[in-house]
Amino acid sequence: MKPRSQDQSLSDSRELDRSYDPLTESIVEDGELATVCYRPEGLDSLVQKTSFSKKELQVLYRGFKNECPSGIVNEETFKSIYSQFFPQGDSSMYAHFLFEAFDTHNNGSVSFEDFVISLSIILRGSITDKLNWAFNLYDLNKDGCITREEMTDIMNSIYDMMGKYTYPCMRDSAPKEHVDNFFQKMDRNNDGVVTIDEFLETCQKDENIMQSMHMFDNVI
Amino acid sequence: MAAGVAAWLPFARAAAIGWMPVANLPMPVAPTEKNKRQDELIILNVSGRRFQTWRNTLDRYPDTLLGSSEKEFFYNEETKEYFFDRDPDVFRSVLNFYRTGKLHYPRYECISSYDEELAFFGIVPEIIGDCCYEEYKDRKRENAERLMDDQEDNKDAKLPNMTFRETMWRAFENPHTSTMALVFYYVTGFFIAVSVITNVVETVPCGSAPNQKEVPCGERYTVAFFCMDTACVMIFTVEYLMRLFAAPSRYRFMRSVMSIIDVVAILPYYIGLVMTDNEDVSGAFVTLRVFRVFRIFKFSRHSQGLRILGYTLKSCASELGFLLFSLTMAIIIFATVMFYAEKGSSSSKFTSIPASFWYTIVTMTTLGYGDMVPKTIAGKIFGSICSLSGVLVIALPVPVIVSNFSRIYHQNQRADKRRAQKVQKARLARIRISKTGSSSAFLHSKRNGLFNEALELTQLPYKMNLSDQNSTEDEQRLSKSTSLLESQHHHLLHCLEKTTNHEFVDEQYYQQSYLEAGLQNYPSRSPSLSSQDGVTGTCCTRRSKKHHTPLPNASAPAHMQPLTHTHTHPQGLQELSTIHIQPLSTSRSSLNMRVDEPAPLNCQSSQITTAIISIPTPPVTTPEGDAHLPAGPTHQNVVKVSAL
Repeated sequence: MKPRSQDQSLSDSRELDRSYDPLTESIVEDGELATVCYRPEGLDSLVQKTSFSKKELQVLYRGFKNECPSGIVNEETFKSIYSQFFPQGDSSMYAHFLFEAFDTHNNGSVSFEDFVISLSIILRGSITDKLNWAFNLYDLNKDGCITREEMTDIMNSIYDMMGKYTYPCMRDSAPKEHVDNFFQKMDRNNDGVVTIDEFLETCQKDENIMQSMHMFDNVI
Repeated sequence: MAAGVAAWLPFARAAAIGWMPVANLPMPVAPTEKNKRQDELIILNVSGRRFQTWRNTLDRYPDTLLGSSEKEFFYNEETKEYFFDRDPDVFRSVLNFYRTGKLHYPRYECISSYDEELAFFGIVPEIIGDCCYEEYKDRKRENAERLMDDQEDNKDAKLPNMTFRETMWRAFENPHTSTMALVFYYVTGFFIAVSVITNVVETVPCGSAPNQKEVPCGERYTVAFFCMDTACVMIFTVEYLMRLFAAPSRYRFMRSVMSIIDVVAILPYYIGLVMTDNEDVSGAFVTLRVFRVFRIFKFSRHSQGLRILGYTLKSCASELGFLLFSLTMAIIIFATVMFYAEKGSSSSKFTSIPASFWYTIVTMTTLGYGDMVPKTIAGKIFGSICSLSGVLVIALPVPVIVSNFSRIYHQNQRADKRRAQKVQKARLARIRISKTGSSSAFLHSKRNGLFNEALELTQLPYKMNLSDQNSTEDEQRLSKSTSLLESQHHHLLHCLEKTTNHEFVDEQYYQQSYLEAGLQNYPSRSPSLSSQDGVTGTCCTRRSKKHHTPLPNASAPAHMQPLTHTHTHPQGLQELSTIHIQPLSTSRSSLNMRVDEPAPLNCQSSQITTAIISIPTPPVTTPEGDAHLPAGPTHQNVVKVSAL
């Protein structure tokens, strides 16, 4: 067979397919040059960095790549994926906070390494690690303590995920009450902020919380 | 849940770590995979072509053949593959659906074979992606029309038990049904032709007697023509009356175009009969005879082409209307210009602007009679511009009509389009439902979820005291009808409920409870168990009740601790006050049932039965405690009910 250039055969196949739209195709091509295809480091180094086995990482990567072929997740995709699990409420704020927590390098995108390292802490880490991660999630400005405003934001975002149709009916004061409850429980020295030590101490004493931490043991 | 997103469920569940430290209630137990399989490749052999995919990929859609256990019927032990004796080309699309979550319809594929394959694999065609859905629908409609046409050809056979009236109507509408109908058809056709020819010949000057001026034949052979006219009109009248009698809906028939033409054709004759030879009205009478020419339109019953032409003109009415308007504008402009250009010349025919209209029309349509001719130079210049532009303007309507004509053959009839719109709306509704389906599935399975949860918690004491036989029953009951993915998703939503101490409900129930917010502590409504709301309410309240059960038996196992822990929780009071809707009958009847009796309650799902039994007091599930069951739990339940 006569050797044909790749472009030639590509355009021919497009013609046959009749799905080739010259108008959009050129735009996509320009766009594709601009987007970066990100590849993660090797499987072995990831196995060392995280506590997942090779097989688990393979399964995770396949799911990741399926949804984000370019190799990285940006905040919009993150939010849209997360919102699929909560059809009744608005999960965008909580997803935003999650994204901030996952994006350890603060570059506006979550690569597969970031993703899998965070997952490893949450699912396979020690209880202290998990609690640390949760604290990091709550501490929006990453200054080492949770203020009342930060907690209110987080609480509002969680309650937003419930949506409107709840039983009993959602009162506007419910998140605030919950925040007050939280601070009453956690803030030992009553200085208006919760530091990491107070947080860890209180959580380790709370049986419910310790019990729930074990829930993540067989997620994967 | 979308296919690809299912792979992100572990991430979503991990993200729930953010809720744990703020939650005040214990989290529900996570569903565990009974037999945790490593993801394996499975081979699908479709008529010799081997497709391979991960088992998890197929499990994404558990309500299809490949996602459910139905595929085990096709498992071939020797070759360790699943063999399907189906079309491998279409199977490609089917498998891609599992991989990408989008179903595509290939254009080269026959619509009926594609439909058959989809039906075999248990995939609903409505989920075809938007990219291919239009094509699919168009092809399907064409196929349906073709089938309908085929059926209509077979309708010639006379149906039994048709009344005389129906037979007559069928004979009128479809002349090929019987010989009589055909004869009638040709006779009427003949008489229409005769009538039209008569009208025409009537005006031809016949040979005249010498020394007399030419007279039209009509005046010469008045009697003959009158007889001919009478005969034709009589036949038309009889035909009209017979159609009127046979019509299934007389009112609709009278409004139809054809019957109006019939009436217009025969009316002048009768009006002429009624009116006398009065000089005053004879002028009007003569005008009326003009309408006799409309008899020629009666031919449209005999000619399909004429009907289509009429329909085309009707459907292009708007385009033609606009064209007429633009033409009128051009005529007025040019007439005005010509009038003022020719004003100067003497003995000009362009006496007024309306008089110039005639010139403009004749010139623009390139007729050029020559009865009005511009004489001035300016007039000639503008006249030539007029004729040139006329060519352009007149050429416009032809493609419009042609394209409309072809469009009528290819596009849907108005009724079909409306039907398609309804289907489109139904499709969108279905997609919306399936998207919210995960939430309603959650609500629906909350009852099942109770069952699973309670059984997890009660499994320990239960298993301790029971024989093997009962424990296997237990295992069977534990096997979930929902897929693992679904149960994990529901567990996630359940955790969120626990964190915020509110529950997901559907809209109906929300509005009902909103309305009844003022009716606390008053069981004014006992919802029927058959309604979903009632069941949800029942189960929710019962579940909340679980937290407030003071366990009488001190031998409550350690894992019951999380339950009692919330007993003194301040939030609990809030829950208590909201439990005001409780049908008494259910609680009593549930208690009277034995543990291993799968007697169904009036709930929608029969799986709930054991759950509801086991929830009130865990010790109830131990059959050893049966002896003191009636007194204790009943008493307890009474207490609970009155505490509402």
